[in-house]
Amino acid sequence: MSPLNIKKGSSSHSAYDLRDYHEQGTERHTLALIVDNEAGVLARVIGLFSGRGYNIESLTVAEIDHTGHRSRITVVTTGTPSVIEQIKAQLGRVVPVHDVHDLTTEGVAVERELALFRVVGKGDVRVEALRLADIFRAQVVDSTLDSFVFEVTGTSSKIDAFAELMRPLGLEELARTGVVALARGEIDAEIGMA
Amino acid sequence: MKQEQMTGAKMVVKALQDHGVDVVFGYPGGAVLPIYDEVFQQNRIRHVLVRHEQGAVHAAEGYARSTGRPGVVLVTSGPGATNSVTGLTDALMDSVPIVLISGQVPTFMIGNDAFQEADTVGITRPCTKHNWLVKETDRLASAIHEAFHVAMNGRPGPVLVDIPKDVQFASGTYIGPDAAQTGHYAPKVKGDIEVVTALAEAIETARRPIFYTGGGVINSGDAACKLLRQLVDKTGFPVTSTLMGLGAYPANGKNWLGMLGMHGLYEANLAMHDCDLMINVGARFDDRITGRVQDFSPGSVKAHIDIDPSSINKVIHTELPIIGDVAHVLEDLLKVWKSRGAKTDAPAVKEWWEQINEWRKIDCLKFEQIGSTIRPQYAIQRLEALTKDHPDRYICTEVGQHQMWAAQYMGMNDPKRWMTSGGLGTMGYGFPSSIGVQMAHPDALVINVAGEASWLMNMQEMGTAVQYRLPVKQFILNNERLGMVRQWQELLHGERYSHSWSEALPDFVKLAEAFGAKGIKVDDAADVDDGIKEMLAHDGPVILDCLVERHENCFPMIPSGEPHNKMLLGEAADTDNAIKEAGAVLV
Ligand SMILES: Cc1ncc(C[n+]2csc(CCOP(=O)(O)OP(=O)(O)O)c2C)c(N)n1
Ligand SMILES: [Mg+2]
Repeated sequence: MSPLNIKKGSSSHSAYDLRDYHEQGTERHTLALIVDNEAGVLARVIGLFSGRGYNIESLTVAEIDHTGHRSRITVVTTGTPSVIEQIKAQLGRVVPVHDVHDLTTEGVAVERELALFRVVGKGDVRVEALRLADIFRAQVVDSTLDSFVFEVTGTSSKIDAFAELMRPLGLEELARTGVVALARGEIDAEIGMA
Repeated sequence: MKQEQMTGAKMVVKALQDHGVDVVFGYPGGAVLPIYDEVFQQNRIRHVLVRHEQGAVHAAEGYARSTGRPGVVLVTSGPGATNSVTGLTDALMDSVPIVLISGQVPTFMIGNDAFQEADTVGITRPCTKHNWLVKETDRLASAIHEAFHVAMNGRPGPVLVDIPKDVQFASGTYIGPDAAQTGHYAPKVKGDIEVVTALAEAIETARRPIFYTGGGVINSGDAACKLLRQLVDKTGFPVTSTLMGLGAYPANGKNWLGMLGMHGLYEANLAMHDCDLMINVGARFDDRITGRVQDFSPGSVKAHIDIDPSSINKVIHTELPIIGDVAHVLEDLLKVWKSRGAKTDAPAVKEWWEQINEWRKIDCLKFEQIGSTIRPQYAIQRLEALTKDHPDRYICTEVGQHQMWAAQYMGMNDPKRWMTSGGLGTMGYGFPSSIGVQMAHPDALVINVAGEASWLMNMQEMGTAVQYRLPVKQFILNNERLGMVRQWQELLHGERYSHSWSEALPDFVKLAEAFGAKGIKVDDAADVDDGIKEMLAHDGPVILDCLVERHENCFPMIPSGEPHNKMLLGEAADTDNAIKEAGAVLV
């Protein structure tokens, strides 16, 4: 036992609520950033990820508060727990970034993605596509005699699953927004509208 | 709130004055002419015309690091801005507060590949803390105030304000620094008191403690250095420092172990390796310090005090992370530790010192000066001996072996006296930096310890030194080699000395004279003292060209990829295959 009353490798006092350092599996985290809606802010965030070799699985951005000039960036990233902590700390240093929220660790979050699918086909295939779209509660937002455009919202895995089903049924084009997410339950004042 | 109407160009000068700026380092060009016109029409700010924009940024770094105030740079668009990129990156790596104002082509031409247009904010985004392209004159004053705020608060660093020429010409409303919204940028300065208390507890029971200090102590300010000295002296713990932190604790202080790291002292590195409590104060576990990360100080509990949350747990896991300003945290730490009785495990610490003194007996910096060929260590040692009692001495360095020898053999007893490029390792930093230091301290003794190759990288600044009568002393350890590169080639690349020397070095004496400065050449050990004395006696810029042994290696050395306890001590040591394959990919 070390004469110091501190377990090596522990970090009970961490200001960052670090998980076990030795646990090195890759995790997927959804981060929500509240940023000033100013020129270059997205470039700063993306540049940080590419410059330091972090992953971006998806990224969405839009203004959420016009008068306060605030935008919300939702980034889905992967990394070991220590890399995730580092990403958050690095994002926190970016001057126009006001808040960094890790929706994956801060309670439970609702995550949604929207996707548009162009499916081209006739006859049975077309009927089958429509039937499956119904099961997935997809909306038909455009149709011609031999094509549909479906709109699906849901988790990324629901969209993946729908894409898999549509592929043999004439899926020609797919557009996805990337993930947006909100924490469940009461609104945190910090992350809500400024 | 007092509001005044004025042109953007006038606002720039007014804002600088309102921030107490007395010196600007710069170089004019088309896109900044309106600002230069305003500089011309006032006397409060002195403008130093450098000879290359990289020199301007390094000069501003020297100014900033030797004063604790921000260094200010003014450059034109396009090439003026791109030439300053190395300086900005250097300042970012070493946390030096720089405010760089760049001209830009007029707003209506941006994006058209206009003459001397460059995407300055795009290019400098990754090498500044933050930057602004100001497209409205009404936004200009607040952008400059915010720039100063960001440069100086939290972990200091460089910022850039890019100002299109039409914005400089147009009129707008000036607001003063107090009225400006410096935004939400307010890094936390107070450390978490629970962790501070846990550290105080650890100090009480540690048997082999060490303070490992860095540039953050100096950046935090004089109060931080005083508090560090108190804490070290009251606990009796040994203290070592990174290259950037030299002078925070005095080199003549009794607990000083010397610098640590790749070319650090044997006793400092072994103490780091064997300690049981490491207290990192304002350092960042850089790879020059840690060596092989997996084997870095394997038996210790580590505390880390740093104002930058991203430094914590970036490289080395710490059990006691304290995010805050060094001065604030040390003040709390001292308070808590004293209120608990100011205890340490004195007998254990005494044993620890005995161990350290055993390591010291190795005398890792010893060398012999035999014969007339000057050994570089000897030249530095004599420079130290002949200048250390000067009441107002500043040392700058270039990058290479000479830099490491200066760090090893010269003692900094006060903060802000040592200017060197640590994080980026920028050859060409030292000379312009010495110019900036001398501008800030006109009566001080300012010496740049240089290698001949580094010095040539910004030699044009001799024109600046002569024009502004800056008596900077350029002490060139001339080994006619890219010495540090040559050393790595010897140790790592089978003595194949690929392009690590220059066959056409200038005659440095004539070079100095061509600029209107003084040149001295010394090539015999017996003449070193006289050469140094002559350099010191001359009231003006001097080059002392000191020809030294060409094949000297810098030791101790932790080969890359090795832990602290695998240090090479000297030529006698087995340096063959010292660097293993895995280490060879490292720099
Ligand atoms: C701008 C730049 N280019 C290249 C290097 C790589 N480098 C590091 S030390 C060194 C040699 C420096 O030679 P010199 O200034 O003569 O110093 P010495 O090592 O001989 O004392 C080189 C080329 C660097 N640090 N900076
Ligand atoms: Mg050399």
